[in-house]
Amino acid sequence: MENWRLGGFGLYLHWPFCQSKCPYCDFNSHVATQIDQRRWERAYLAEIDRLAAETPGRVLQTVFLGGGTPSLMQPDLVAAILDRIRARWPMVNDPEVTLEANPGSAEAGRFRAYAQAGVTRLSMGLQALNDDDLRRLGRLHTAAEARAAFAIAHEAFARVSFDLIYARQDQTPQDWRTELRAALDMAVDHLSLYQLTVEDGTAFADRLARGGLRGLPDEDRAAEMFEITQDITAAAGLPSYEVSNHARPGAESRHNLIYWRSGDWVGIGPGAHGRLTLGGRRWATEATRAPGAWLAAVETGAPAETRSPLTPAEQADEYLLMSLRLTEGTDLDRHAALGGRIDPGRLDSLCHLGMITREGACIRTTPRGRMVLNAILRDLAGA
Amino acid sequence: MTQLDRIRNFSIVAHIDHGKSTLADRLIQMTGTVAERDMKAQLLDSMDIERERGITIKANTVRIEYPARDGHTYILNLIDTPGHVDFAYEVSRSMRAVEGSLLVVDASQGVEAQTLANVYQAIDAGHDIVPVLNKIDLPAADPERVKENIEDVIGIDASDAIPISAKTGLGIPEVLEAIVTRLPAPKGERDAPLKAMLVDSWYDSYLGVVVMIRVVDGVIRKGDRIKMMQTGAVYGIDKLAVLKPQMVDIAELGPGEIGIFTASIKQVRDTRVGDTVTHERKPCAAPLPGFKSAQPVVFCGLFPVDAADFEALRDAIEKLALNDASFSYEMETSAALGFGFRMGFLGLLHLEVVRDRLEREYDLELITTAPSVVFKLHMKGGEVRDLHNPADMPDLTLIDHIEEPRIKATIMVPDEYLGDILKLCQDRRGIQLNLTYAGNRAMVEYDLPLAEVVFDFYDRLKSVTKGYASFDYQLSEYREDHLVKMSILVNDEPVDALAIMVHRDRAESRGRVMVEKLKELIPRHMFKIPIQAAIGGRVIARETISAMRKDVTAKCYGGDATRKRKLLEKQKEGKKKMRQFGKVEIPQTAFINALKMDG
Ligand SMILES: Nc1nc2c(ncn2[C@@H]2O[C@H](COP(=O)(O)OP(=O)(O)O)[C@@H](O)[C@H]2O)c(=O)[nH]1
Ligand SMILES: C[S@@+](CC[C@H](N)C(=O)[O-])C[C@H]1O[C@@H](n2cnc3c(N)ncnc32)[C@H](O)[C@@H]1O
Ligand code: SF4
Ligand SMILES: [Mg+2]
Repeated sequence: MENWRLGGFGLYLHWPFCQSKCPYCDFNSHVATQIDQRRWERAYLAEIDRLAAETPGRVLQTVFLGGGTPSLMQPDLVAAILDRIRARWPMVNDPEVTLEANPGSAEAGRFRAYAQAGVTRLSMGLQALNDDDLRRLGRLHTAAEARAAFAIAHEAFARVSFDLIYARQDQTPQDWRTELRAALDMAVDHLSLYQLTVEDGTAFADRLARGGLRGLPDEDRAAEMFEITQDITAAAGLPSYEVSNHARPGAESRHNLIYWRSGDWVGIGPGAHGRLTLGGRRWATEATRAPGAWLAAVETGAPAETRSPLTPAEQADEYLLMSLRLTEGTDLDRHAALGGRIDPGRLDSLCHLGMITREGACIRTTPRGRMVLNAILRDLAGA
Repeated sequence: MTQLDRIRNFSIVAHIDHGKSTLADRLIQMTGTVAERDMKAQLLDSMDIERERGITIKANTVRIEYPARDGHTYILNLIDTPGHVDFAYEVSRSMRAVEGSLLVVDASQGVEAQTLANVYQAIDAGHDIVPVLNKIDLPAADPERVKENIEDVIGIDASDAIPISAKTGLGIPEVLEAIVTRLPAPKGERDAPLKAMLVDSWYDSYLGVVVMIRVVDGVIRKGDRIKMMQTGAVYGIDKLAVLKPQMVDIAELGPGEIGIFTASIKQVRDTRVGDTVTHERKPCAAPLPGFKSAQPVVFCGLFPVDAADFEALRDAIEKLALNDASFSYEMETSAALGFGFRMGFLGLLHLEVVRDRLEREYDLELITTAPSVVFKLHMKGGEVRDLHNPADMPDLTLIDHIEEPRIKATIMVPDEYLGDILKLCQDRRGIQLNLTYAGNRAMVEYDLPLAEVVFDFYDRLKSVTKGYASFDYQLSEYREDHLVKMSILVNDEPVDALAIMVHRDRAESRGRVMVEKLKELIPRHMFKIPIQAAIGGRVIARETISAMRKDVTAKCYGGDATRKRKLLEKQKEGKKKMRQFGKVEIPQTAFINALKMDG
């Protein structure tokens, strides 16, 4: 069996526009005044056709419309895209079709129509549940709007998840405990809880470099907040299944699991990455990042993506670094089959230090190990 | 062949930056020795490192033809000598090949420490000296005050000092004329058996070993069979030339002349600077008084950052050794750093220069360990051993006492910084020998342990005096003191490459600074790491690096896999620059930075 089948097959489609750029965000997202959604539709459909022709007969398990802010897409654009996907690939009986949404009131008005178009799951960027912090994060919505949008989503979709960013400026562990409990009270079955990361090239990085953005937690404080997060979500029945993702068992994001389990996925849209096993080789695909350039390339039939083959060692590294993020861990047999090698001495010493546990061919991080996963990977990868 | 009284051989002595190289350029230029289009600044400094750092490392020579005001044309041989104390030995032997010196002093600065050290060497070599006041184009120049300064501090007559600007060319004709009229002609017997001094030798990739000589008596010609009196080796002269400064073949060299020859000599190590060159058939009766060869005084380990580069490092060192016989090397294995070399140098600058050349010319990345001096271990049995590496320290019970090299340091400094200098020297176990003033500059002499000077003394000196102090030293003697080996333990294991020799009374404070530094320099690991300084089995300082608590990427989806993987690959590359010691990774830079004594 080809290795990717152990991870599954999905499709990611990137919508690169937002209403404003958040100061912490390093995603491929842009603010544009005029967006000709019909032009974008033609381009997306053309790319769907092209990629489907390369992967005939593959059964699609998930679709993810991400961004940017895909909830700025008109519902008929979403419908056209999903119709075309269904026409081009056979799909499993209960495909997971996720759309990322911002919780503004205008967006909420479109939720029902998205559901009708075939979206089954909404992932909402709430980020914080109080207005002061929302403002400091540069968000356009208020906490009240977010709750209202969430209620509408809850009605319209069988599955709703939302994102929060914590370890914010001046946030105490006690603040976070309270806020996290409030989030869990909102009757979700999936939460993405990210520690704020100051990414290079963002407005936050700038502020930090100039001595601003004070009151961020130090390493010990950040560790404490991470532990609080693990404890509270587990107690509420939504344990982490990945470093920053928590779900009631069975409610995990199936699409994201494809990434962490090193499956194949088609990537469509500006800056989208994909992984495709074709003709016995595994390819990393990456589409042109700038929206205008991507659109022009697709329209003129010029190449809109680059493809690079992944060596066995690279595939093994990717599998290791993605799968160790998961609570279910890494299958060393699969890693070895990809061509990976792990230094047994290093593994033993990580076990000995209480960072990793091993059961048969499966290794997993311990709670302490997960918090220093990058260091573990530096030890184990590419041996 | 030139008549003796039409030859003048001289060198230029100066403190660094007082204008020695610029003056040499002007002399070469004004006499048309080098065509205008071939002229470049600092002509005699040919190594990249010399040009970049503005220092002269290797002696160099140029033959200048000068039509003097008396109507005769003179041959002027200039030997350009290094100014830095590390190469004092090179200076002293070059000086023996010439009869006079131009003493260049910056007219806006006055006499500095290296001026003194170098001029005393010239005086020792019996030179006549012509003082030259340079940089009089500068508004701050004060020639009259500097004349007095020269007379006060050096004690030579400066009333006839020549004011010049090497930059603008002002006064250069007067300098040329003074070389002819105020410096003596060489002496020698044309008809006597050949007697020539081997002044220097170097490796040229086209010609092989090139030997510079100064003929004292007799005549040397191409094709001659010559003999090196010390080594006994016999060679045939393949090429005879003078340097202008490029090589120009010449039929013969007679008394008083300076030139080069090649003779199919394989490596520089086959020649002894100071050796006497004579004819095989008709040798001279007695050789010239020889020199002791230069002994390395500072030792350190050099290890490749990437252990796989060891063979490349060996190759590079062997190639460099072809051209520089003054450093020593032998293989060393360190538990912490793997395979490398224990290298001996004439001083710290020499160390830096050789390391720089290895890194640059051979594209290597190197780890340098703590510079150490040579300690003399007087064993209980009466035997005396040289200790080049603290890691090799034998069991204490076998040692009767330990001696260390001491130096006499001369420091000149504006008096407002004197207090800082005295404190620095005191902190480094110095004993004040002398303190005098010349104007508002103080001159202090200190007896200091060389070991306290080889590491970051000069940097500290410059920083506490904002660069206004000048410094020079000479080795004085070996003296007993209470010296101990201090080990550094990382995660309870001694790291050999971090061991140093220290004075017992300073061990605690050195140990404390080192463990504190290491705490900063070694990154957090997944476990906590104790760092200790110990003498024998006794811990004198300790710190703990707490365990890493959190290092995990919050967001990692499909689009991040490539970036994360590449980052991991880069970090793997970076890890090669760490040395695995037990379970602990120590960054390469830690080995040297841990020693810095500033706060
Ligand atoms: N203003 C001025 N600068 C000079 C003069 N002679 C040399 N310099 C400058 O002083 C610096 C040191 O000169 P250099 O010849 O390299 O000194 P060395 O270290 O003694 O060889 C250089 O920047 C020269 O350009 C001079 O007569 N006047
Ligand atoms: C594709 S992004 C944004 C989706 C949507 N546009 C939004 O902002 O709500 C997915 C999530 O990543 C998280 N995120 C983005 N930048 C982050 C950062 N610098 N640090 C931590 N989390 C971040 C946010 O929680 C965000 O909802
Ligand atoms: S965080 Fe979301 S809304 Fe904000 S700029 Fe990024 S993609 Fe757009
Ligand atoms: Mg110079």
